[in-house]
Amino acid sequence: MAEDGRDESVAADDDSQHTAEDGRNGLNNTMVEESPTLLRRMEICVAEAEKRSGKNAVNMQETFTVYLIETRPMDALAEGRNPAPDSLWRRYSEFELLRNYLLVSFPYIVVPPLPEKRAEFVWHKLSADNMDPDFVERRRVGLENFLLRVASHPVLSNDKILHHFLTEEHSWKEVVYETGFQAKADSRLKALSATFRVRNPDKRFMDMKHYSDELQSHTSQLLRARARVADRLYGVYKVHGNYGRVFSEWSAIEREMGDGLQSAGHHMDAYAASIDDILEEEEHYADQLKEYLFYAEALRAVCRKHELTQFELEMATQDLISKKQQHEELSTGIVRTFSFKGMTNKLFGQEAPEQREARLKLLEELIEEGEEAVKDKTVECEEHVEKAWVDVQRFKEQKDKDLREALINYAVMQVSMCKKGIQMWSNAKECFLKM
Amino acid sequence: MSVGAPRALASSGQKPITEILHPLSAAEEPLSVTVGGDKEVALTNGTPVETSSPASTSSLFNRLQLDDDLEADVRDPYADSTEMRDLFVTVDDPKKHVSTMETYITYRVSTKTSRVEFDLPEYCVRRRYQDFDWLRIKLEDSQPTHLIPPLPEKFVMKGVVDRFSEEFVETRMKALDKFLKRVADHPVLSFNPHLTAFLTVKDLNKRQGLALLSKVGESVKHVAGGYKLRARPAEFCAMGEYLDTFNQKLGTIDRIAQRILKEQSEYLTELREYGGVYSSWVGSEEELRRPLEGVAGCVTTSCGALEDLGDNMSLDFLPVLREYVLYLESIKNVLRKRDQSQAEYEGRLEAAILRKQEDRTPMPLEVEKCQDKVECFNADLKADWERWQSNKRHDFKQLLTGMADRNINSYEKSQAAWESLITLLQDKQTEDKTSETN
Repeated sequence: MAEDGRDESVAADDDSQHTAEDGRNGLNNTMVEESPTLLRRMEICVAEAEKRSGKNAVNMQETFTVYLIETRPMDALAEGRNPAPDSLWRRYSEFELLRNYLLVSFPYIVVPPLPEKRAEFVWHKLSADNMDPDFVERRRVGLENFLLRVASHPVLSNDKILHHFLTEEHSWKEVVYETGFQAKADSRLKALSATFRVRNPDKRFMDMKHYSDELQSHTSQLLRARARVADRLYGVYKVHGNYGRVFSEWSAIEREMGDGLQSAGHHMDAYAASIDDILEEEEHYADQLKEYLFYAEALRAVCRKHELTQFELEMATQDLISKKQQHEELSTGIVRTFSFKGMTNKLFGQEAPEQREARLKLLEELIEEGEEAVKDKTVECEEHVEKAWVDVQRFKEQKDKDLREALINYAVMQVSMCKKGIQMWSNAKECFLKM
Repeated sequence: MSVGAPRALASSGQKPITEILHPLSAAEEPLSVTVGGDKEVALTNGTPVETSSPASTSSLFNRLQLDDDLEADVRDPYADSTEMRDLFVTVDDPKKHVSTMETYITYRVSTKTSRVEFDLPEYCVRRRYQDFDWLRIKLEDSQPTHLIPPLPEKFVMKGVVDRFSEEFVETRMKALDKFLKRVADHPVLSFNPHLTAFLTVKDLNKRQGLALLSKVGESVKHVAGGYKLRARPAEFCAMGEYLDTFNQKLGTIDRIAQRILKEQSEYLTELREYGGVYSSWVGSEEELRRPLEGVAGCVTTSCGALEDLGDNMSLDFLPVLREYVLYLESIKNVLRKRDQSQAEYEGRLEAAILRKQEDRTPMPLEVEKCQDKVECFNADLKADWERWQSNKRHDFKQLLTGMADRNINSYEKSQAAWESLITLLQDKQTEDKTSETN
C-alpha cells in the first residue's frame, strides 16, 4: 500500500490480520505521508453527526443532519502535545457548495466526489432512509474521506476557501459567494454544444472521456449486481434459522439425540444471524466503488472542459480568419468568397471611399482584438491541457492503487465470511456427532 | 357378570409364552410398563425381562431364552464385528434394458454368505424395481409383526422426473441398496425364504407369478374382523405419538431443505452474473486487469462449489428424509395391525368368558392362539422398535454430519480460492515496490 515497512508486515503476517479496517487506514496513511499539503500541517476528521431542526429557504421546518469537523495542528501532535481540536459544524449542503466552488475554480482538476446524497443501490433489507443511523454513519465517513482527499491534493489543498471551510463556521458562505464563482460556471448548453461541434480535441482527452464512460458503466453495473447478490445471500442464511426451530422441537421427543439436536439448533440460529454483520461490512466495499463511480463523473467534467476550451479556441481562430478575409476583400476589392456585401456592391455600386476607410479601420481593430482573443484562448487551452493532464495522471495512479486495495479488501472479507461459515457448521457438526 | 373388562396386555418382553401368567388366573399382576429402551422391566415376581434388542444375527431361538447373555451394542448396530455377520448384500451396476414392450433399469444384486440356507457362498443376480417391490410385499405379508424397511417411491410423474437420468437412477439405487442391507441385517427378516429366493433365483418372474396368487390368500389371513381395541398399552401409545410428531418434524425439515436449495439456486444465478461484471470490466483497465480477473475467477470457483453443494443435497439428503417418512408410514401400519390383533384377542376372550360362565367349557383354543399371536406381536414389535430407534439415530447422525461436512467443504473451496488471490496480489505489490525503489 504505502511505505515499504507496511508492505513487509503485510506480506509476512497471517492473512487474517489484514483486515478491511487496515485497508482504509492505509489510505489515510498514504495521504498523510506522501503529499506536502494541508494534511501535513493539519489533522482533519469528521468526528460526529447530529440531528438539527430549523427553517429552510422557503421558511418551512425541516430536520437535517450536521457533521462535526475537527482540526488540530500537526506540529503540536508531533511534539507530543495533545491540544483540544478546533471544531465546527457543517451540513451536507455546505459540503456541496464547497465542491461546486472547487469544480468551477479548478476545471483542470479531477475533484474528489462527495458521498451520495441519497442511498442508492440498496439491497432490500438495508434502509434507504437518509435518517437511518447506519446511512448517516457511512456518510460521515464519506465526508471525512472527501476532506482528506481534498486536503492532500497538491493543488486543491492550498485554496483559501477550503481553509475557511475548515476554520470559519459562520462567515464562510458569504466569503464563497463573494468569489463570484457562480458567474464563472460554464453553462450546460455551452458545454454540450462544444462537445458536438469541436473539431480537433486532444486525442488523449477523448480517450480519457471514453474511459470515464467505461468506468461509470462498470462500477454502476457492479453495484447493482452486488446489491442483488446481497439480497439472495441474506435469504439463504436466514432460511437456515428455521432449522434451529425444528431441531429444538424435534429434540423434545428424542432421548439420546435430544441434547445434540438442541445445541445444533442454536448454532443454526447463530449462522442465520451472522449474515447481518457480514453484509454490513460489505457496505464499505460498496462505498469504495461508489466513490469511483462519482469520480468518473469528475473525470468526464475535466475532459468536457477541454472540449470547451478547444472549441472556443477554434471559434476564435475561425472568427479571426473570417475578419482577415473581410479586410482583404475590402482592401483589394477581390472577392474570394461569396458575400452579400460583395453582391450588393456589384449590383448597386461600391460605397463611398470614406465609408470604406471607416470599415477597414473597424476591421483592423477587430482583427487586433481577435488576435488577442486567439492568443488568450490558445494559452487557456494549452494551460488547461497541461495542468489537466498532470492531474489525470495523478488520478489514474490513485485510482489504480485504491481500487486494487479495495479488491484485496473484498477478498479478505470473503475469506472472513468463509471462515465464519466453516466455524458455525463445524460447531453444528460437533453437536450432530454427539447425537 | 362381575368380571371386569379384560386388561389390555402390557408388554411383557421376551418371556417364553409358558411363563407368562394368564390374565384369567388367580394372581393379579401389575406389570410395570416401560417405553422401550434400556430400562429393565421386571415382573412383580422378580424375574427380570430382557428388553434390549439382539443385534446378532443368531436365530429367533435366542430371543426366547432369557439366560442368553446378549452382548449387543444397542447404540450402534453397525458396530457389529464382521465375524458375527454372515450375510452381505450389495446393489450396484445399473443397466438400461430396452425391449419392444417397455424400457426399464436393472441392478446387480451381489450376495456373499456363509449361511447354510444358501447353497453357494456367492450369488450375483439382476433385479429390477418390480422385484424389490415383490420382495417387500412378501416380507410384509409373511412377517406382519416386524418393521419392514421402506423402498424408494414407486411412482414418478413422467415428464416431471426423468426416470432414466443418471441422478434419478443413482438415488434409487442407493435407496434399494439400503433397503436390502437393512433386511439382511435383521435377525428375523434375513432368514425369510422370500429373501433367499430374491437373492439367488436367476429368473424371479416365474416365482413372482405363483407368489401373486397366494399373496391374496395370505393377506386375508391377517385381517381381524371388526374388533375394537379398548386400550392400547401406554408403550405403544407412546410409539404412535412419537411417530406422528416425528413425521411432522421430518416434513418440516424436508420443506426447509427444499427452500434452502431454491434460495441457493437463485443466489447462484445472481452470483454468476456478478462475476461476469468483473470480467467485462477487465477490458477497459490495465493495472487493474489482474485483480479484476482474479476476483472474477474466485467468484466462479465459489459458484462451482455452491453448485456441487446443491447437487449433493438433492441426491443424498432429501431422498433419505423421504425414505424415513415412508418408513414411518409402514411402522404405523404395523402398529395398527398389532392393535387389531390385540382387539381380536380381547374380543374373543370376552366372548369366551361369557360362555365359560354359562356352561363351564374350557378355554377355547382360538383364544389361546390369539393370545400367543398378541404376545409374539408385541415382543417382535418391541424388539424391532428398539432396533429401528437405534438405526434411526445412526442414520440421522450420518445424514446431518454429512450435511455439515458438505457445507464446510463448499466454504473451504471458496476460501482457498480467495486466499490464493490475496497472496498473488500482495506478492505482486511487494514486487512492484521493490522494482520501483531499485
